[in-house]
Amino acid sequence: MSLLDVRDLSVVFQRRGERPFTAVDEVSFSVEPGQTVGLVGESGCGKSVTSLAIMGLLPQRGNKVTGEVNFDGADLLKLRPDDLRDRRGRDIGMIFQDPLSSLNPVIPIGTQVAEVLERHRGMDHKAALKEARELLDAVGIPDPTRRLKEYPHQISGGMRQRALIAIALACKPRLLIADEPTTALDVTIQAQILTLLKELVDETGTALIMITHDLGVVAGLCDTVNVLYGGKIVERAERHELFARPRHPYTHGLLNSVPRLDSPRGERLHAIRGSVADNIPWAEGCAFAPRCDNVVDACLDGTPPLEPTANGGDLRCNNPVSEEVAVP
Amino acid sequence: MSDPIIQPTVGAQRESVDPSAVTEKREGTLPRGLDRLGERKRARLEQLAQATADKGGVSLVRDAFRRLRRNPTAMVGASIVALFVLVAIFAPLLAPHDPAQRFDELTKNLTVDSIPGASSEFPLGSDPLGRDFLSRMIHGSRQTLFVGVLATLIGLALGVLVGALAGAFGGWVDNILMRFTDVMLALPALLLAISLVAMASRSSQWTVILAVAIVNVPIFARLLRGSMLAQRESDHVLAARALGVKRGAIVLRHMLPNAMTAVIVQATLTLSTAILEAASLSFLGLGDPDINRAEWGLMLGVDGQRYFEVRPELAYFPAVAIIVVALGFTLLGEGMREAIDPKSRR
Repeated sequence: MSLLDVRDLSVVFQRRGERPFTAVDEVSFSVEPGQTVGLVGESGCGKSVTSLAIMGLLPQRGNKVTGEVNFDGADLLKLRPDDLRDRRGRDIGMIFQDPLSSLNPVIPIGTQVAEVLERHRGMDHKAALKEARELLDAVGIPDPTRRLKEYPHQISGGMRQRALIAIALACKPRLLIADEPTTALDVTIQAQILTLLKELVDETGTALIMITHDLGVVAGLCDTVNVLYGGKIVERAERHELFARPRHPYTHGLLNSVPRLDSPRGERLHAIRGSVADNIPWAEGCAFAPRCDNVVDACLDGTPPLEPTANGGDLRCNNPVSEEVAVP
Repeated sequence: MSDPIIQPTVGAQRESVDPSAVTEKREGTLPRGLDRLGERKRARLEQLAQATADKGGVSLVRDAFRRLRRNPTAMVGASIVALFVLVAIFAPLLAPHDPAQRFDELTKNLTVDSIPGASSEFPLGSDPLGRDFLSRMIHGSRQTLFVGVLATLIGLALGVLVGALAGAFGGWVDNILMRFTDVMLALPALLLAISLVAMASRSSQWTVILAVAIVNVPIFARLLRGSMLAQRESDHVLAARALGVKRGAIVLRHMLPNAMTAVIVQATLTLSTAILEAASLSFLGLGDPDINRAEWGLMLGVDGQRYFEVRPELAYFPAVAIIVVALGFTLLGEGMREAIDPKSRR
């Protein structure tokens, strides 16, 4: 049985007097224990909203969440707030994008790590601080004893993200959701953080949902990749399958637009034409149709279904990129 | 091709290495021909390192304190406040006489149109009842400090309670509390204070303190509510929620301490208005009815006003004292606001 099974998750934002906006549209995916699953897509495609909905962290007002999020036999969306709160941080950890703003500026790092241990493992403050020191050490923060007493603004960005990882993994959760954990960091630190995440995930057997817009991150880390577009999953495939033979024109375009070392000098980068603003609602057809090179008449006639492919993935496209035209 | 700038360094090391060590290493790898260029670059790097070195690892409070110390107006305010507090604390030692005692030497010369002036034993002369005016002035500082600080603290406590409740719960709790503070804010402060004192059956020092405190509650409440709401949307509160931290702990540990800065600055500014408001109430005769108590507002209102043509000093000294002390707190408060406000950081 899967560790996390998301079924037809939809999030609709609605404010009085405004047209409802569907941020996440019947998204389904599952995560096996110890597996790393990627959620990939551009800004505004519903990646972060999906993760917040799974955690039950969306604002109480102004949105409607439907579907099922089965985690370990319980539907997280139907749990009482207290039960869900007990699970957050203990069973499911989360890492956010901006490590500076995600740490409380007036509390020393050590106390922040200790807080989650005290909360979920009932440790007293002294024991929790001792454990916090070991956790900071484990995520590769130099001189952890000193860092315990330091405030977030006193340590570097990379160290802050390490501290956040330490906090998220403090209770050895079975699932870790990383929401663009490397976006705010420079490239060298990004690589370190990703390596660290991979090591820790392998070591502890934690399943990981990696939310990112960075295909490089996906290539290095994820077992299965879900590509989101306009709130719907448009393609799901194993990592190697996705990179070797992208079927959906959007995925294909994304991979094509990655600059390559072996491309001739002076060659223009490929870009997907248009922008997200050109999307049409899924009800009228494929949201990607206005930007798609492979568009056919059927694309403007209702939502294309998500259908299994021969290679074990799923695809939502009427006229997929043929397997031979794949990226070299 | 050893450009020292893009030379790969292992990131983990780079974080812990201090800037001087890096510059030394760079110097070592420089080719000879680039010596002069490198020299200049090194000097600039060192300059940069120095500029940032004393900035790194400085806590927010210490950083703000340093900026406060560099602000001359704030320091003038701080000196006035310090002097005032010292005088208040050591009043019994500084005052030459008992402020409530009527001296025969003074009363025998006391008539309706003549009040004894300065003499060697009584440096500021007598008040209309034959008491030592200087001692009364010095003891008056205690009263002013006591009323000002207590009124501010009570107002702060109530305001923080109301603001925190409104900001933490939002929704209808917020609506009810904020409509209530709106009503209070709509009334002029002094008018509200006068009505509150008038409501008490018997006026005393405490009715003044409470009235001034209550007048300041809505200001603190509004201020704190605003920053609490901003905190509620902040990333670190979301992160705390994602860790399953309980609601009470989120409000008390994650939201309140981060929202308090503005309120603390406001408290300093409120000290000066509280002193002014308390003095105004005493001036109007709504304060403590005890005639022996030395209080600047009372001295200004009762003695100073009545005998202004006989001895105007009786009005001047308390008035100047009130103004200077209020000014001191205002300057200090403004300086603190500037020091803490990130927008005014240089």
